[in-house]
Amino acid sequence: MTRTANHLRMAALLAAVVLFASAAQAELTIEITEGVADPIPIAVVPFGWTGSGQAPYDVAEVVAGDLQRSGLFSPMSRGDMIDRPSRSADVRPEDWRLLRNDYVVVGQLQPQAPGSGEYVIQFEVINVLNGQHLLSYRQPATSRNFRAASHKVADLVFEKLTGIRGAFSTRIAYVSVDGQPPKQRYQLIVADADGENPRVVAQSAEPIMSPAWSPDGGSLAYVSFEDRVASIYTQLLRTGERRRVSARAGINGAPAWSPDGRRLALTLSQRDGNMDIYILNLANQNLTRLTRDNAIDTEPAWSPDGDMIYFTSDRSGGPQIYRIDAGGGSGEQARRVTFEGSYNARPRVSPNGERLAVVTLDRGAYRIGLVDLKRGGLQVLTKGRNEESPSFAPNGAMLIYATQEGGRSLLATVSIDGRVHQRLGANSAGIREPVWSPL
Amino acid sequence: MRSALLLTVLTSAVLLAGCPKRDAVMDVPMNGGEGVGAGAESGGLDRGGVQEGQVVGGEGAGGAGQMQGALADTILYFDYDQAEIRAEYAEVVAEHARNLGANPRLRVRLEGHSDERGSREYNIGLGERRAQTVRRALMLQGAGDDQITTVSYGEERPAVMGSDENAWGKNRRVEIVYGN
Repeated sequence: MTRTANHLRMAALLAAVVLFASAAQAELTIEITEGVADPIPIAVVPFGWTGSGQAPYDVAEVVAGDLQRSGLFSPMSRGDMIDRPSRSADVRPEDWRLLRNDYVVVGQLQPQAPGSGEYVIQFEVINVLNGQHLLSYRQPATSRNFRAASHKVADLVFEKLTGIRGAFSTRIAYVSVDGQPPKQRYQLIVADADGENPRVVAQSAEPIMSPAWSPDGGSLAYVSFEDRVASIYTQLLRTGERRRVSARAGINGAPAWSPDGRRLALTLSQRDGNMDIYILNLANQNLTRLTRDNAIDTEPAWSPDGDMIYFTSDRSGGPQIYRIDAGGGSGEQARRVTFEGSYNARPRVSPNGERLAVVTLDRGAYRIGLVDLKRGGLQVLTKGRNEESPSFAPNGAMLIYATQEGGRSLLATVSIDGRVHQRLGANSAGIREPVWSPL
Repeated sequence: MRSALLLTVLTSAVLLAGCPKRDAVMDVPMNGGEGVGAGAESGGLDRGGVQEGQVVGGEGAGGAGQMQGALADTILYFDYDQAEIRAEYAEVVAEHARNLGANPRLRVRLEGHSDERGSREYNIGLGERRAQTVRRALMLQGAGDDQITTVSYGEERPAVMGSDENAWGKNRRVEIVYGN
């Protein structure tokens, strides 16, 4: 067997550490800590039910909740509604206007063939300021996916009214840690973007870190110390099937999936500890070395077009962000990207490629910063003391990150204009390293 | 339990014989019995032998039994954002280096750590840098390259919880662990 072939030989590792899809104990709760000064008033009227008996699901409640959590809307309380139309023809715009709404959402949940378990969510959006009918849509649903279908409705309403693609149907992955050192339990969890349905996808008594979504949203790559050294795994979420894709001597860290899903950018160290950025081809295990510097080079992030890798390096002293051609051409020089402040690390590129989210040292505190790649300059978005791991929502409108409060780590989101802040707390465990799924 | 450990060591030796040493770890299959919780511990022993290309058997216990004086100190603490060994640890490092030099079959694992501040993967880098500083110091004073492995946990395995100078100072450390 050749050495290369041996490189290739990798057992498909099945769920040794993994309790796939077991429900997580830590339920997330979301609260808005700061919204826009003038959120858009909207009435999401409870949807009608055209079947017999009780409606099987409250679609409007999920839609109103999503819109409210975005921080951009203030949905009207149901108790204040004087009318419950379910079709636009029955909406009297002047009434809703008097109740100080700009928009009304009405709809019906309609059963399809009896016994099929299939439904249609028919809904409409009306501008009650001018009486304009903005959207009419039929969203299919089944009895098993009411919640997901309701998030879709919220996505469509949100996009129609803001021009920004909704991200309510997405998921987040994060790491949960409980117990006291040295006996701690680490769990990798995937939940809906509203914190519902948390599922444990991997757990270990040794650290799990650096989760990264595949571009199709079907897999996670992450670092696990389950063998008392760092190895990188990929895991298919649907089946729980795991592969150990990098377990070389020294550090195996910071995996980042290429936009085409075929490669991982990652950090490896030689036995002498020199950390550099490499590209691993997942199909054939070929490695391409991108950087060659005695400094710490780590935390690679792909530009959306796959041409460029942004990364953290302390080659100039403290950590700063650099970028290099992802092709790894010989003699390729890394270029420094950040110049403000003594500490900028862990870049993540916005979906449109125009901004970087980073961890930045701001007046003695580690906070989340936004670098404008076109115009330059760094804007600090948050106010905590030890914040880290920013991750863009796939619509680019928000960042999720880890923060601390009362000695516990929890998650928070901030809109990229810095106006809307939310906190996502778990009931017991500390949670950190959030990553937002693709759309 | 003892026979289970022996079995994993033997398994490692068999796999090792058939593979180039650097890649051996890629081929260690994981089975249900090595699951986490209990599995992390037994899996770790197994892996330590494989990675270095040597099966050390029971020598770890022998090494631990010899520790006295400066050898009893197995944790070195570091200053903020520094990987330099503090002067106060010169004798500790010298003793461990002498011990390793005099006992070439001893193995030691250097576990580097950082405090919680800043980004996590960069902190893995800081922990690695500290572990490598200690490794080089040990080698300069007589320890063999093949006696030492390093791992960096960054901020992932704090010694103590807390977000103050005291906790941070206790967490910026390299732990010298014999027997791996």
